[in-house]
Amino acid sequence: MTAPAAFTSPDDVAARLAAAGYLADEPVATTVFLAQALGKPLLVEGPAGTGKTELAKAVAAATGAGLLRLQCYEGLDEARALYEFNYKKQLLAIQAAPSDRAWQETHDDIFSAEFLLERPLLAAIRRPDPTVLLIDEADKADVEVEGLLLEVLSDYQVTIPELGTIAAVRRPFVVITSNAARELSEALKRRCLYLHLDYPTAERERAIVLARVPGIEASLAEQLVRTVAALRDLELKKAPSIAETIDWARTLLALGLDELDETAVARTLGVVLKHVSDQERAAAELGLRG
Amino acid sequence: MASLVGRHAGFVAALREAGLPVSTAEGLDAVRALEFLDLMDRESVRAAYAATLVKRSAHRELFDTLFDLWFPAALGDGAGHVPGRPGRRLDGEGRPIPAALDPGVQARRRELADVLLDGDDAALRAFARDAVASYGRTPGQESWFSSGVLRALSPDTLMAGLLNAVLTGRDRGGLAERVARRTFRDRIARFERLVAGEVRRRIAEDTGVERTARLSVRPPLERLDFGRANRADLDRLRREVHPLARRLATRLAQRNRAGDRGRLDFRRTVRASLASGGVPLTTRHRPRRPHRPDLVILCDASDSVSAFAHFTLLLTFALREQFSRVRAFAFIDTTDEITKFFAPGADVAAAMTRMAREADLVWITGRSNYGHAIKVFEERYADAIGPRTSLLVLGDARSNYGELSLPVLEAMAGRARHAYWLNPEPRGLWDTGDSAASRYGAIVPMVECRNLDQLTSFVEELA
Repeated sequence: MTAPAAFTSPDDVAARLAAAGYLADEPVATTVFLAQALGKPLLVEGPAGTGKTELAKAVAAATGAGLLRLQCYEGLDEARALYEFNYKKQLLAIQAAPSDRAWQETHDDIFSAEFLLERPLLAAIRRPDPTVLLIDEADKADVEVEGLLLEVLSDYQVTIPELGTIAAVRRPFVVITSNAARELSEALKRRCLYLHLDYPTAERERAIVLARVPGIEASLAEQLVRTVAALRDLELKKAPSIAETIDWARTLLALGLDELDETAVARTLGVVLKHVSDQERAAAELGLRG
Repeated sequence: MASLVGRHAGFVAALREAGLPVSTAEGLDAVRALEFLDLMDRESVRAAYAATLVKRSAHRELFDTLFDLWFPAALGDGAGHVPGRPGRRLDGEGRPIPAALDPGVQARRRELADVLLDGDDAALRAFARDAVASYGRTPGQESWFSSGVLRALSPDTLMAGLLNAVLTGRDRGGLAERVARRTFRDRIARFERLVAGEVRRRIAEDTGVERTARLSVRPPLERLDFGRANRADLDRLRREVHPLARRLATRLAQRNRAGDRGRLDFRRTVRASLASGGVPLTTRHRPRRPHRPDLVILCDASDSVSAFAHFTLLLTFALREQFSRVRAFAFIDTTDEITKFFAPGADVAAAMTRMAREADLVWITGRSNYGHAIKVFEERYADAIGPRTSLLVLGDARSNYGELSLPVLEAMAGRARHAYWLNPEPRGLWDTGDSAASRYGAIVPMVECRNLDQLTSFVEELA
């Protein structure tokens, strides 16, 4: 845990994440620092497009750690999350075994580490180098996967019947993200630190735009983030994400627009709103002239 | 209470009392977290407590209220207060001069306008603290009130001036004005919240933290009675209902997927077996055609359940977006189809006003009459319920002593694949007065559903 790259204070977190291209506000920096200091997994929840996955990537970049990603989906099982045996290779080994060899010997042979296919969870535990384990969109996975995560994340060890218990060489920094489509179990939440990542304040978002879109005028960025904030207020089907704000800024630059007036918004609204009903709604509420 | 440990324990106890599930282990985590931080930095202490104790975003507001009470930002008048600044001036008879005529108040209003225009949160916080010190207590009053501050400074009326200041030379009524108006509305609301928090802190200093906490905390959103929800709560509820509706939709779709696999896909199985030397180790299957349930919602829209009706319509609306085939019906003493008002993508507020104006829900009395409503439904829309339909009835089963049409409902429930009834009344009140809860409940399984928690568990149990 105490690698040379470990964070020393919340300010250190903020500075190093900023160097990695992620502008963290004080609660984010403090929580990331605590997750590392306490050695606890960090559960990041919030609407889509507020930079949850980006945070994990930025932590990896800032600490020089490798990033392992487990993308959750409905039907994810142990074999995809933890490990499975490579049965094709096992079959070949059985076929290639000399005929006079005892079955027991072969059996022991084919259930060794050589035939193990490690999946992200096991890989994160076995890696000797600093690791950030990103468990993405945990709310998409079935409840059983949470049980699996509990086991892995409380002791950082995995038991494989044929091989015994594999304990973590070095505790990975675990980030679990969720869009809160489903409430995660209390047991999992208890073991994690919790960070709710909402859309950024206008000030922070403007700073993000200025950092990510070089060449944009500060006043245009200001107009842009205020307009995006107004759009997010409309209860759309899909509120614009930070990435879409950045896209919009780039679009305006590419079109050579230096002010965001009604016509400019009407022309480029497709960059941020991807549903017809959302666009109609925005046009009606913001008084755009089509 | 003087020690840090005492304060921590009191804070955790208050969170629990307010309805947050804080375990002992989490409390210990919080203490361990504090060891790593600079305790003089109040915001990082707040972040540490939030990260370790609050695991649901809906609880955050409640947490912040209590945190501000237990770890107040200031004591007494606070460092920012200039003691020379008087509150309201009094006229000859000892009554305060009206704010509009008081030059001191007007000067403070201009100051507030500058702070709001600037958008500097720290300055706004300092201003709120100062304003409460000046106006939060009129002479002779014992306690602190935010109403005094808001009446004197009336931040709402600053809007026109603020807009003028930013919209110099640009045409009004357009995008720029709307965006600016929204920004200032948020800042004014923020100011009002800061004043309320500051007033709570002052009261807590006078009368004790625990007591103030109990008085100023509302139950968390998931336990809030639908019937007691105010407008802001309904807005928050609406946001919570959408994911639930999506889950309900998947649950109803999944119920039919017991046999997880479809027919054997012979070609893919053989192709997969090539890798293992012709031994079909894994069989491949065709994906099952997903079952698309039909949903018929029948909801009580009468006044006796108006807040619940508002909520059920929200739920209806959310479900309408999730299911491809939903038909929604509302009834008071007669029934009308409201599906068309709730088309996916429609505006929910607009849909409700249109429904109230156009839908034909009132037959004679305007009081809910389940018997007649059910009969009308069966006469006009009997074809809506078929063997693939899930029927969802939302209402309190109070029929004003009218007839109940039990056999008709029984026939309807018999034709449907599943039927459920969500009742917004506490279970203890069922069967009292004109409630026909258990008689309807005998036909259609009835579930008490008066807050988000209960709705969530209903959705969970469907699985």
